[in-house]
Amino acid sequence: MAVLLLAEVAGGALAVDATAKAATAGAKLGDVTVLVCGPSSAADEAAKIDGVSKVLVADDAAYANGLAENLADLIVSLAGDYSHIIAPATTTGKNVLPRVAALLDVMVLSEVIEVVDADTFKRPVYAGNAIQTVKSGDATKVITFRTSTFDAAGLSGSASVEAAAGAGDKGLSSFVEDKVAESDRPELTSAKIVVSGGRGVGSEESFSIIEALADKLGAAVGASRAAVDSGFAPNDWQVGQTGKVVAPELYIACGISGAIQHLAGMKDSKVIVAINKDEEAPIFQVADFGLVADLFDAVPELTEKL
Amino acid sequence: MKVLVPVKRVIDYNVKVKVQADGSGVDLANVKMSMNPFDEIAVEEAIRLKEAGVASEVVVVSIGEKKATDTIRNALAMGADRGILVTEDQGVDIEPLAVAKILAKVVEEESPELVILGKQAIDNDMNATGQMLAALLGWGQATFASEVKIEDGKAVVTREVDGGLQTISVSLPAIVTTDLRLNEPRYASLPNIMKAKKKPLDEKTAADYGVDTAPRLTVVTTEEPAGREAGIKVGSVDELVAKLKEGGLV
Repeated sequence: MAVLLLAEVAGGALAVDATAKAATAGAKLGDVTVLVCGPSSAADEAAKIDGVSKVLVADDAAYANGLAENLADLIVSLAGDYSHIIAPATTTGKNVLPRVAALLDVMVLSEVIEVVDADTFKRPVYAGNAIQTVKSGDATKVITFRTSTFDAAGLSGSASVEAAAGAGDKGLSSFVEDKVAESDRPELTSAKIVVSGGRGVGSEESFSIIEALADKLGAAVGASRAAVDSGFAPNDWQVGQTGKVVAPELYIACGISGAIQHLAGMKDSKVIVAINKDEEAPIFQVADFGLVADLFDAVPELTEKL
Repeated sequence: MKVLVPVKRVIDYNVKVKVQADGSGVDLANVKMSMNPFDEIAVEEAIRLKEAGVASEVVVVSIGEKKATDTIRNALAMGADRGILVTEDQGVDIEPLAVAKILAKVVEEESPELVILGKQAIDNDMNATGQMLAALLGWGQATFASEVKIEDGKAVVTREVDGGLQTISVSLPAIVTTDLRLNEPRYASLPNIMKAKKKPLDEKTAADYGVDTAPRLTVVTTEEPAGREAGIKVGSVDELVAKLKEGGLV
């Protein structure tokens, strides 16, 4: 079995954590070749991921911004050599791989959380309220892996790097700009600690108390969909089925009731702390440590005492 | 410019789904069904384009059992102009690949310049139909949209991506898929619900389009996710700090 893994490249650099987690999933299926659509420095990083046998690098402006049309054509041109085409379930992976699958006339398997065997996989449906085991009858399996459920492969490898040439720009779409949130905080999906605020935080201004706790702990900041919908927090902070899925060592939920859709995004965290003034809030049913308190008192006190 | 909006009838997002004990699936009997929330956002965006004088006609299409008529009527009540129901009742969810193949045929007949779809259906959570339709048509795609502007034969779309926002420009005809923050869908007023009953609705079958809808994925089992036990309640911040330090977490 041969596996082609589309590496996650952001801002010209390899997103090591997401790529290494997908590599762990890929290694369960066969020999992993990583495709890096970016500079050779990113390819050199990918070559260090344990279990990777080869890195293909396509350093071409057509692939630099993750445009799905160009990337999908490049992947399809390489597809003949592989039984599985995989990617981490990032916004790039989820944008590109379904397009690849349709071009190959196969179904895509999205957000897979477990490899059962080469044809059989587990994935969440209904916002994580059910787990389906599905068996694919397609010749090529096209899969995105939910990174939070796989450990990152180590970085002691030394795979060979080869250039891959593609057809370049199809001209269907073009990149205009990125507005990447500038932050010194760790990235949400790879952070060891995440501090999240919900509707209970009440306003965009009050989110500063969540941010203060996060900064004290060197944590990433998350938010529930309710907080994002209410305009308290930007969407790229959203944790949940419609946002990001995280599984940090410690997840601190402040003023979050614990809607199913939010739980789907954080219930695999190692330790969950919930601070909520409503003792009936469903978040307490999944929390290891629950504190029934007004977050406006408890969160600043916690920040001070840690 | 004609805009096509595919809509899916799914279990209502407020319903807590129950997994059947025999592992055969989730219990859909007597459960409230609604339009997929991301599709509602797609319908709203198309109607706004029409209200802004950018779109000339909004056509909604749904593929599934006969009851999907309700979903189409709902979109018509919001302000869409006409509907197409493609019936295909195989007793299981129709996969995104088959849906995209049927939609590609509908696009061939209708020649829209823009197809707006929800980014994912909240039942199978595949997040695939829009991308697959774009592939089959050879069109450009702008997924996870939070802002859509139509100008000079292009759609300029701001996308919700992992690190923040990305803006791309896609030549029309094109596919756009919606994310949550694109807009807030309107409620259909009672007079509009009455009017929607008189709007045209064509009925077709998947066979009319010659599309093989046989699933590629076999669902082996459907299970409850692993549960998580509730832990303990702590009485104060001090106690919480002590527990976290005890566990070596901070």
